[in-house]
Amino acid sequence: MNKIIRKMPLNPTVTLMEIEAPLIAKKAEPGQFIIVRSHSDAERIPLTVADFDREKGSITIIFQIVGAATMRLNSLSAGECVESFVGPLGRATNTEGLRKTAVVGGGVGCAIAYPVTKKLFEQGTEVHVIAGFRTKDLVILEDEFRAHSSSFYAVSDDGSWGEEGLVTDALKKLIESGEKYDEVITIGPLIMMKFVCALTKQYGIKTIASMNPIMIDGTGMCGCCRLTVGGKTRFACVEGPEFDGHEIDFDEAIARSRMYASEEKKAREEACRLMKMGEEAKA
Amino acid sequence: MAAREPKKHEMPTQKPEVRAHNFSEVALGYNEELALAEAQRCLGCKNKPCMQGCPVNIDIPEFISHIKQNDIEGAYSVISKSSSLPAVCGRVCPQESQCEHECTLGTKLNLEPVGIGRLERYVADQHRVNRTGTAEHPAPNGHKVAVIGSGPSGLTCAGDLAKKGFSVTVFEALHAAGGVLVYGIPEFRLPKSIVADEVKILEELGVEIVTNVIIGRTVTIDELFEQGYEAVFIGTGAGLPNFMNIPGESLCGVYSANEFLTRSNLMKSYLDNSATPIKKGGRVVVVGGGNVAMDAARTALRLGAEHVYIVYRRSFDELPARKEEVEHAKEEGIDFRILCNPVEIIGYHNENDPRDPKNGFVKAVKCIKMELGEPDEKGRRRPVEIVGSDFEIEADTVIMAIGTSPNPLIKDTTEGLEVNKRGGIVITENGLTSRSNVYACVDAVTGAATVISAMGAGKTAAKAIADALCGK
Repeated sequence: MNKIIRKMPLNPTVTLMEIEAPLIAKKAEPGQFIIVRSHSDAERIPLTVADFDREKGSITIIFQIVGAATMRLNSLSAGECVESFVGPLGRATNTEGLRKTAVVGGGVGCAIAYPVTKKLFEQGTEVHVIAGFRTKDLVILEDEFRAHSSSFYAVSDDGSWGEEGLVTDALKKLIESGEKYDEVITIGPLIMMKFVCALTKQYGIKTIASMNPIMIDGTGMCGCCRLTVGGKTRFACVEGPEFDGHEIDFDEAIARSRMYASEEKKAREEACRLMKMGEEAKA
Repeated sequence: MAAREPKKHEMPTQKPEVRAHNFSEVALGYNEELALAEAQRCLGCKNKPCMQGCPVNIDIPEFISHIKQNDIEGAYSVISKSSSLPAVCGRVCPQESQCEHECTLGTKLNLEPVGIGRLERYVADQHRVNRTGTAEHPAPNGHKVAVIGSGPSGLTCAGDLAKKGFSVTVFEALHAAGGVLVYGIPEFRLPKSIVADEVKILEELGVEIVTNVIIGRTVTIDELFEQGYEAVFIGTGAGLPNFMNIPGESLCGVYSANEFLTRSNLMKSYLDNSATPIKKGGRVVVVGGGNVAMDAARTALRLGAEHVYIVYRRSFDELPARKEEVEHAKEEGIDFRILCNPVEIIGYHNENDPRDPKNGFVKAVKCIKMELGEPDEKGRRRPVEIVGSDFEIEADTVIMAIGTSPNPLIKDTTEGLEVNKRGGIVITENGLTSRSNVYACVDAVTGAATVISAMGAGKTAAKAIADALCGK
């Protein structure tokens, strides 16, 4: 059982939770993730570490309320506990020797992009951040990114925040203008990462993509999170979650992410119904 | 004296047509009458050959002699001197190749051996029902040991050490204790309430079980020593599931047996209200011939599959699964396709409709027929493909049950821990690794084992740890 110290909505569908987890906070590094189970009968879901405080002994997670599991997690309030909270899992992002990088985040993926951005910036790497959101209302962590980057580029699908367009447009413009990156780090929806990687491949810029496949145990036991990278089967939980973006079979990863689409839809509807009933009962 | 009955007393089971649709235990266990009658078949041999066949050396004739007098608690105390998990072993041990294989009734008299496993189960189950009070907490000897993993090897090692007065902490990565006994072996073969009871008995002995902690990530082995643990036992189990490296293995609907079973057993996907989804129904192909393959096939059947195949590349004679499980699977209607091996998994792809929800899901398994050739280094005849014999089996779900490889987590985070070429931890016959006071179980070495061999390894290591810390 781990206590929720702080809970804050970042936008209508994204929540931040700071959770008491001193052992994990001692070890966590950017790029790693935890597995959380909100209730004793809930699913185990992987969430990337969005921040950690070693002194306070806390881990921050940021999640989008997309399905039954995240709806139930979001139903908990500060002061309550999550049933289990395990980690840190996966390998940390390698930031050594990087002089200049571009971090490309999309949507709630920006939450995951933030700790590595902060680490790069604090170690003296020149960091260009490109953050993309569908629309202004969904923007998260803008101040944090601005404070921890050398340059910050905002883009939105509808032009309500920053420039109108896609993150790939912004990245292309920077590369074309002569910016020379040692590495591009991309975190966001699979389809976005696929196109970021396709773009950087044209320019021969090494690109790391952070994958978030379906997982159960998170320790390598089940193989549910497997991906094809460079023609080989790799387990995201123990060998990832970050891989060379030019080697990842994104189409396969996209197909696998939809394996339980119909079951998830049903579970979401059921969770909505139950929560509505709960609210009505309270009222 | 009446002639000894030539056959073991049958153990009552649920009827195949009934049990194929539920997750309740298949075998129902002996009643008092059957147990006493079966115990009478034991010759009580002085040289106790059966005991040599038991990886944890239970004094079998001795416990059976207590059953003959209907002294079940007496029988239990004999078993529990050697085994920490009798209710588990009575159900899942491959007795036919161990204790019962050495039974004089079989080796000398050409009769069926004594049903030792069934009697062990009877004793343990009666003890569960009759037990009053709690297990005695031994006097502490002042030594602290950490055990990594709460599966059969870890629980055995912890139990043996706790009985000697060691203060033992078991660290478990998952949210429930039991390892493969909870995530792997299904409810219909090993009810989880039995595992929970066995774990509770260990806790009464003073064993502390800490769940949700991953050694190597949350805490390292070196930190355990800094915290005052004097020895560490690595009982982390099987590890990463193997795949065949054939085309189509990443299609939706392809599972490792570990994943399929973990969803059903640990996450309770077999219950209607479970939050964790699993693909139910349809046509299922399980690849492999071990106990895990049988468990996966029979789980799929109970989840509502229309037809379940087991595809195995050798013949029935080489099938490594426990005999009783193979028989039960056949009775339930599992379709065995022996001498047959998958070469490709074919996916569904609707060219006219890229949004067809079935796109990317399994459609069929392409297999090739095999024949047995020359024996390999283990003496098993090597299966060889018959050129041009390939055929397709229509399928919605494919489950790969072809073993596991060592998990890299601990070796990657523990300096000075020697591993072999495959990444398995190198140990001596006492279980000692290349690091002093760090011991490991065989399956952290080889990648897979049976419950009982893991227990045997836990026992060996416990003895070595006790000797090392307390002096011989």
